[in-house]
Amino acid sequence: MELLSLSAVELGRWIQSGRVTAPDAVRAVLDRIDRMEELYHCYVTVDREGALKRAREVQEKIEAKELTGPLAGVPMAVKDNLCTKGMRTTCASRILDNFIPSYSAQAIENLERAGAVLLGKTNMDEFAMGSTTETSFFGPTKNPRNPEHVPGGSSGGSAAAVAAGECFFAIGSDTGGSVRQPASHCGVVGMKPTYGTVSRYGLVAYGSSLDQIGPLCRTVEDCAVILEILSSGDGEDRRDSTWMPGKLRDLVTALKQDVKGMRIGIPRDYIPENGGEGPDPQVRKAVLEAAGTLREAGAVLEEFDLGLAEYAVPAYYTIASAEASSNLERFDGIKYGYRAGGAQELHRMYKKTRSEGFGPEVKRRIMLGSFVLSSGYYDAYYLKALRVKHLIKKAFDAAFARFDCILGPVAPGTAPKLGESLADPVRMYLGDIYTISANLAGLPAISIPCGSDDKGLPIGLQLTGDCFQEKKILQIAYAYEKAAKGGNKV
Amino acid sequence: MAKEYETVIGLEVHVELATDTKIFCGCSTAFGGKANSHTCPVCTGMPGSLPVLNRKVLEHAAAVGLATHCEITRYCKFDRKNYFYPDNPQNYQISQLYLPLCRNGYVEIEEDREGQTPEENGPCREGGPVKRVGIHEIHMEEDAGKLIHDEWEDCSLVDYNRSGVPLIEIVSEPDMRSAREVIACLEKLRMIIQYLGASDCKLQEGSMRADVNLSVREAGTETLGTRTEMKNLNSFRSISRAIENERERQIALLEEGRPVVQETRRWDEAKECSYPMRSKEDAKDYRYFPDPDLMPVTVSDSFLEEIRARQPEFQTEKIKRYKREFDIPEYDIKIITEHKHMADLFEAAVALGSQPKKVSNWLMGETLRLLKEKELDPGDIRFSPENLSRLIAMTEAGTINFTVAKEVFELMFEENMDPEKYVEEQGLKMVNDGDALREAVKETIKANPQSVQDYRNGKEKALGFLVGQTMKAMKGKANPVSVGELLRELL
Repeated sequence: MELLSLSAVELGRWIQSGRVTAPDAVRAVLDRIDRMEELYHCYVTVDREGALKRAREVQEKIEAKELTGPLAGVPMAVKDNLCTKGMRTTCASRILDNFIPSYSAQAIENLERAGAVLLGKTNMDEFAMGSTTETSFFGPTKNPRNPEHVPGGSSGGSAAAVAAGECFFAIGSDTGGSVRQPASHCGVVGMKPTYGTVSRYGLVAYGSSLDQIGPLCRTVEDCAVILEILSSGDGEDRRDSTWMPGKLRDLVTALKQDVKGMRIGIPRDYIPENGGEGPDPQVRKAVLEAAGTLREAGAVLEEFDLGLAEYAVPAYYTIASAEASSNLERFDGIKYGYRAGGAQELHRMYKKTRSEGFGPEVKRRIMLGSFVLSSGYYDAYYLKALRVKHLIKKAFDAAFARFDCILGPVAPGTAPKLGESLADPVRMYLGDIYTISANLAGLPAISIPCGSDDKGLPIGLQLTGDCFQEKKILQIAYAYEKAAKGGNKV
Repeated sequence: MAKEYETVIGLEVHVELATDTKIFCGCSTAFGGKANSHTCPVCTGMPGSLPVLNRKVLEHAAAVGLATHCEITRYCKFDRKNYFYPDNPQNYQISQLYLPLCRNGYVEIEEDREGQTPEENGPCREGGPVKRVGIHEIHMEEDAGKLIHDEWEDCSLVDYNRSGVPLIEIVSEPDMRSAREVIACLEKLRMIIQYLGASDCKLQEGSMRADVNLSVREAGTETLGTRTEMKNLNSFRSISRAIENERERQIALLEEGRPVVQETRRWDEAKECSYPMRSKEDAKDYRYFPDPDLMPVTVSDSFLEEIRARQPEFQTEKIKRYKREFDIPEYDIKIITEHKHMADLFEAAVALGSQPKKVSNWLMGETLRLLKEKELDPGDIRFSPENLSRLIAMTEAGTINFTVAKEVFELMFEENMDPEKYVEEQGLKMVNDGDALREAVKETIKANPQSVQDYRNGKEKALGFLVGQTMKAMKGKANPVSVGELLRELL
């Protein structure tokens, strides 16, 4: 049990020092998966043989001193919307149920080159559309903190796998909070870096201008280490035009710097005093306590008006759905994936395949997105949403002229019970209110555990930084984590 | 027909750019190849794949824009055009709608003032009045794959080798009034693009495709009539025929008091008529929006300067210079400068020391003849200026006679071999005197007693026959003048 509660970096050190081998670590995790999967259902695919084989190869390279990095031999889980060569990649959708990619995502290649061992692919909301991991074609994932509750979403399988000890770290994608919110609900660390810092090549697109790959892990140090590797590259092999390779360097060395004098802003509308539209009182209390901890550590805290929060959710769902409606057109039954039988004509085949292949939440967003791009509505909806996006970015620019970091909750409440959310999608969408702005403005934001509610469900603290200021928010997160007595253990 | 009608025509021209790799991935653009052999995750629309713009595409497109006097958009974007069809692997085509790279340009053509058809109007008149055809815009986009319908197996297959091949679409203003003007405009565009090396512009192979937008209106009126768009035009001939046919069809409708329907029509080359493909009622909503996977393209001053500096000397300037520098007929100058490859060949051969007139003769004569015979473009010429110069030098020096030279040239046209080496190896050098020639003449005299007798009886014609017989025996390698002299001497 002790081995499984190590952080990724700690395990990496154990492996380098010979205290444990990579195959031993993989066997321990696989054993844990065998015992817990039936209850939690974190994974869509577990590749036992492949992981053990890879672990043996990595171990040889470690012993030959060819692999000396912090993640060499460390078992990881990857969200099932990131392409993995030769391993089924489903996006938790029937339409890709049988899809095996011919290539791996660039970010995953980076991790594998660093010696991380891929265990399998984690469950998620279908095509990353959802906040609970309940829209998965393969059924929901349970929250390891309390299996009657959802793990959050859409990277729910990744967050739950980290929390349940079914991997040492996991990779997710965040379009409107899909890494940070499940991290918050499962009590682990999750981060969305600045848009463009990690190559999206091989990430099955949902909202291309908002999607970003990020880590889910046990400590802030793990987060820094994984991000450095995820974002590494020299631009020689640029397969994503929006990628700026190698922007996140020396994150780990920045962690230990003092936060004394750092300026942290708290948007007043994120923590209104008289309840109102704000978060659950227990969430509010935990977040303000965390702010107090940082003040004690020497940071300067100040409340301010960020504004525009009410426009973020509609703008987000307009832009993300518009892009999704186009991104998901390629799933048509022609080239790969599910094809409905019995259709006599091309357009009927398309219709039948997509009707049977996509779930209700995906269809809802495709319809919404197609509508806002239709001629006659484009200006009124899509263009207007882009304008809101621009205004939100400007509001953040003004805020970052005053602050090093913005502090707030990740989600308005803790993890809801299974089955409570899907009946009222608009309410579910409104749950994304605190995470969405970082995607619209392209900003880095981290979710770290900051206590739990009276039912024992974890609460997350969100720190948002200016573009490419990952170091600052990691530094503050690290200081908080230390002050609040260490990382999160299983 | 009581009323006079005017035809109003605009063009949409697609040109495949001559890049080695595709517009958004590193796959080869080579023509042919096994189905789906030039593909990767990007050009087959695999989940998670992303486009990265090929810089060469931007260079070619901007070069065409500058050569057609367009304004270059300094901040341009790519947009997605959404529609479902299996030849389009993503089910959206990456194109440019809102901010195309080039706008508001023009090309100059000779105005057609009289008839409506090339047949009625005769060949293009020299130095006629110049007319500007406006270029509305030029944008960059990707080509689609190819569907193959297998009738035997009752199934359709798709080949993505062409998917992602870079195209530019040139959209003209509705400034043309006849088929002749349309052809003149297309020829001008083709010449400019070929000069730039941006494409080989072959209509038959589809590297240049023109769609014709046509409407008619009563002569003297200003408002435009309802237009149709004609597709599937694979040659200048079909373009001319389709324009005539469509003009007459629309006039007939109007004369009967029936409306012209705005629609896309498909030209049937074999039947010489067109059919509607889709009408406005089921017009698609393409839901265009800026492609979030591609960064906006910022065109810098230095980039534009670089492209401008690389613009070649075009035909108009070339003609002026040739007239100054070379003593060859104006007609030859016009033909030689119509294609940059031909002009380059001419200039290189002259630079190697060949006489301009001789080079021009080989190009205007044998080269054009063989191009026509083999249905090739001047761009397909494979022989080098060095080899042409060597051949000319050999004829000048009297090393080979003209008949042999023509044969050697024909082979050189095919294989671009060194003519000197070839003549040496095949023993084709002219034999002017010597024992071999004397022997051959003696043989001819011995073998043709009747002709010898005739000649001796004063029939001068018989000598010609004997020369011919000797030449035949010598396999053409002899100088016929020397043969004649020897015959006289020996008889």
